[in-house]
Amino acid sequence: MQKAFMTKLKSNKTLKSNLITFGMVIIAYILMEILMAAGILSNLLKGLLVPLCVYAILAVSLNLTVGILGELSLGHAGFMCVGAFSSAFFSKCMQDVIPIAGVRFTLAIIIGALSAGLFGILIGIPVLRLKGDYLAIVTLAFGEIIKNLVNILYVGLDENGFHFSTKSSLDLNLSENGTVIIQGAQGITGTPHDSNFTIGIILLLLTLFIVLNLIHSRDGRAIMAIRDNTIAAESVGINITKYKLMAFSISAALAGLAGVLYAHNLSTLTALPKNFGYNMSIMILVFVVLGGIGNIRGSIISAVVLTLLPELLRGLNDYRMLIYAIVLIVMMLFNWAPACIQWREKIAYKLKKKKIVKINGKEA
Amino acid sequence: MKKFNKFVSVALASAMVLSMAGCGSDASQSGSSSDAFKIGGIGPTTGGAAAYGLAVQNAAQLAVDEINAAGGVNGYKFELNFQDDELDAEKSVNAYNTLKDWGAQIILGSVTSGCCIAVTDKTKEDNMFQLTPSGSAVACTQYDNNFRVCFSDPAQGAASAQYIGENGLASKVAIIYDSSDTYSTGIYESFVSGAASQSFEIVSEEAFTADSKTDFSVQLQKAQDAGADLIFLPIYYQEASLILTQANGMGYAPKFFGVDGMDGILTGVDNFDKSLAEGVMLLTPFAADATDDMTVKFVAAYQEKFGEIPNQFAADSYDAIYAIKAAIEKSGVKPSDSVSDICEGLKGAFVEISIDGLTGEGIVWDATGEPNKAPKAVIIENGAYKAM
Repeated sequence: MQKAFMTKLKSNKTLKSNLITFGMVIIAYILMEILMAAGILSNLLKGLLVPLCVYAILAVSLNLTVGILGELSLGHAGFMCVGAFSSAFFSKCMQDVIPIAGVRFTLAIIIGALSAGLFGILIGIPVLRLKGDYLAIVTLAFGEIIKNLVNILYVGLDENGFHFSTKSSLDLNLSENGTVIIQGAQGITGTPHDSNFTIGIILLLLTLFIVLNLIHSRDGRAIMAIRDNTIAAESVGINITKYKLMAFSISAALAGLAGVLYAHNLSTLTALPKNFGYNMSIMILVFVVLGGIGNIRGSIISAVVLTLLPELLRGLNDYRMLIYAIVLIVMMLFNWAPACIQWREKIAYKLKKKKIVKINGKEA
Repeated sequence: MKKFNKFVSVALASAMVLSMAGCGSDASQSGSSSDAFKIGGIGPTTGGAAAYGLAVQNAAQLAVDEINAAGGVNGYKFELNFQDDELDAEKSVNAYNTLKDWGAQIILGSVTSGCCIAVTDKTKEDNMFQLTPSGSAVACTQYDNNFRVCFSDPAQGAASAQYIGENGLASKVAIIYDSSDTYSTGIYESFVSGAASQSFEIVSEEAFTADSKTDFSVQLQKAQDAGADLIFLPIYYQEASLILTQANGMGYAPKFFGVDGMDGILTGVDNFDKSLAEGVMLLTPFAADATDDMTVKFVAAYQEKFGEIPNQFAADSYDAIYAIKAAIEKSGVKPSDSVSDICEGLKGAFVEISIDGLTGEGIVWDATGEPNKAPKAVIIENGAYKAM
């Protein structure tokens, strides 16, 4: 049995690659848990564990759109925002009704992912029928619209049910014991703190499972066929809109998942340009590009490195963001500059040759 | 190439593990061994709101240096470590965790409301004393270990409405506010509810957002059409300076009434015709050109050290450090006490102290963390603040 598995592992490159990806996450989890139990993990890193999971999920999900589907999305933070606010709204309303955190958070995760996925479908239906860069333009607008909509939305709850307003919390006409749940620009405060590292890792593994299985399934091959040559794919009878929509809505739903995790990690949730705006979307795209477009494992690594970097550079004080920017440029050059790629190949070739010579020498 | 990638990732991973271990050992060293109170500051020192974070950082440093030069408090010195939060709640929590690793015992911050609320949850968990110089949202002092130096948003809005009503400044009032800003909407709402019981009438309420804060002609036109004779501006001075300029351009000259965010209009805006600010009224706890000894001394020291005139954020921060000093003297806590013991000591002492600071005389706190000080209304005359 074990032998059969080993030979399967040897012959099946995909399985091996997938196992490395899953193994990497699980080993990181175990390592962190051991460090935490031993008490040598700094508070900063303890606090960063959940955000790291959030950004890794975001990077993997965006890679599905950018790397596998081959479409550019500039509004990924918008889907995250939808997931974050819908789930935080749910949790805030149900805080007293469902006192068991596990049940409530599971429902919140489902609601957040579904609502973000729904928005993905709504946007995808008209836009994904078009050829060209329309998705980038529309998602860019979507992200900004969602952010601004959330900023003017006031929702209150009292015994008569929900009250909505786009003006101010005074216009909600709440009764005396009503509470304001979403307070416009002040967002949602007092979301229960349900996220933790274990749940974050479980969600990251779930995301990986969904994305990797999709990529290596029949549907995934169809999606990649569309990416590589739309006309050829169409000519063999692949339903282009259906598969594009499938990949894009799954990507949106997973971004919503990350939003849920984000919202339940902090007690305040506000839609600022910083966390749900254009800059955030670009940040996620940077994770994907630096990790390698279409490379899922690379997305996780680059998301982790680029999130940790500015925090670990805190010792440099005012030069922190400067150094961070320089590191980004250097990494981009290292990964993508033709001269750099050539140089890397040369070194790799030299290393390989040495090894071959060594092996040959042994045999002789 | 693949191999090389692998090598790079291994190298990066090991570098990270090393740095982690580094952080860990740092944290265990910096415990109670030192004989100084470690104050951790949190605020935006980079990005759009850097002016506020830097003002708080500078003034806190100034106060700490003064106290240390005068021999410290109860014989112990202060140590200040200020961390950047980039105006992001998540980064603010990261900054707090960094400070915890450093061994912070008292938290000064966060500077802005949203970040501050996120940090209150964490300080509550650790029972660490937190004093925010300028987090004005109600929830910034939601727990018993949170105190603040500035007015809360409701207090400012209600006080403004009361001031306008009682002094008969206007009969028809228009409001222009930033609906994407916590501070601005907070004051706007409390102003409207406070105005209900006053003699004036609100004729126009117009909003703008952070994405559209350069052209205010529509909002001003609506205010003019509604016949407003006073415009209430619960916003920061950058936007206020544009509103003043544009109102002047369209030949509309109502009275303007601002709150503490307006402080800085005379000094903080480049290429702004200061004569346009003549007659603008604002409610502020601090005026940089006040003539009392304390303000004069503070402004001179700040200007000498940092090359600019301090704003109200700096004043709040300066008062915050002196309030902490007073509370430590009152409670007699020592740096060797645990974080939780210091918090309990300061919590008890804070409701008993009374300090004469830059932002008010005889400031006292109640157990909810709210300061009790009288707001001062000033009017700009001949390019300077004048008490009303």
